[in-house]
Amino acid sequence: MGSRTRREFLQIAGVGGVVFASGLLEACSGSGSRPDPGPTAADDFYFVQLSDTHWGYQGPANPEATVELPRAIELVNALPQAPDFVVFTGDLTHTTDDDQERRRRMAQVRDHLARLRVRTVRLMAGEHDASLDRGAAFQEYFGALRYSFDHKGVHFVVLDNVSDPKGILGDAQIDWLSRDLKAQPKDAPIVVFTHRPLFDLKPDWDWTTADGSRAIDVLHAYPHVTVFYGHIHQEHHQQTDHIAHHAARSLMFPLPAPGSQPKRAPLPWDPAHPGKGLGVRDVDADPRQPSYKLREIPLAAET
Amino acid sequence: MRLAALLIALLAAGGPPENPGERVVHVVARKFAYSPDVIQLQLGVPAIIELTSLDRDHGFSVPELGLRIDVEPGKTARVRVVPGKVGTFEFHCDVFCGSGHEEMAGRIVVSASAAMGGSGGR
Repeated sequence: MGSRTRREFLQIAGVGGVVFASGLLEACSGSGSRPDPGPTAADDFYFVQLSDTHWGYQGPANPEATVELPRAIELVNALPQAPDFVVFTGDLTHTTDDDQERRRRMAQVRDHLARLRVRTVRLMAGEHDASLDRGAAFQEYFGALRYSFDHKGVHFVVLDNVSDPKGILGDAQIDWLSRDLKAQPKDAPIVVFTHRPLFDLKPDWDWTTADGSRAIDVLHAYPHVTVFYGHIHQEHHQQTDHIAHHAARSLMFPLPAPGSQPKRAPLPWDPAHPGKGLGVRDVDADPRQPSYKLREIPLAAET
Repeated sequence: MRLAALLIALLAAGGPPENPGERVVHVVARKFAYSPDVIQLQLGVPAIIELTSLDRDHGFSVPELGLRIDVEPGKTARVRVVPGKVGTFEFHCDVFCGSGHEEMAGRIVVSASAAMGGSGGR
């Protein structure tokens, strides 16, 4: 891919009405850094992570709740080179007890996502999408809750830790994960997408997966594993031994840093800076290392 | 060790009644709150926390104490607690129950004094 051109683009403030804060670019290197590759080899690629749109949310944490998803789509479509794929790490919709309304929200999200000018969109559920009906509506509109796929030398695994309302993976899925990975060479680059953190980030805020340690135990046998997740509505990076875990920003409202306030209530809306704390993530993947270079791209100017 | 903070015996939902004389704290769960949402306990004094749900499946989780139990409509969930440490321990619903689930929480306050205001006990 023409990554140098794309990086130059990302360092230019103001594209399609979206300001990229250069100080936030290349803010984090996932599984190790690598030198600028220059003209990029054919097996490099990049993808974009979107998360936690909560389509249908109505509340003071975002009085412009219908703005952010279209804005994120415009942002992705404005990139000078389309990503290989876009992954959406759950909570596409905000929950509702009304099954018809849930489906209406999913249909609207599906229609918005159809405007993404990318070849592939990979979707997964959050608890707001799937916990109240164990994923029935999500599967009707978006397909499987868990699956794996391969792309340019990287093995990707999508885990479902939300369709059981207890927020667990369950025995069957952990067995499936073990079997799925056994087909891979031990040194294969593996990327896991999930909604909740697999580790105990902040259990008393429900920022955990009750049996996530069992999945981590399975993944631990593989030396090149990186996890991307959502749920906590903020950028966050943590290691469990050699496994890196990266949480993405939301597209609806930011949540406080773990333990920074008594309750996990959304951060107050800032009318002077609409969209503050929201954003998307751009991930440069180099399967040869393997390494993942992350860029956090705010939806709007934040200063 | 966190688990040593309280000596806890879990009693299965609908299990045996409490020992005679042990205090029982009734807690009602409903979307999206517990009542009461503050449980006052005394250091070293055994108590039974008895939970029921008025609407749908909920959970009662106190991660700092390594304690959780399901709270389901039509059943009574009981947890026996012997507080071994003074302090405040947050609890929350860990079974997703709808819009407002994230606010469904409370706290156990363990004090060395005999003050029991607002506990809901008998």
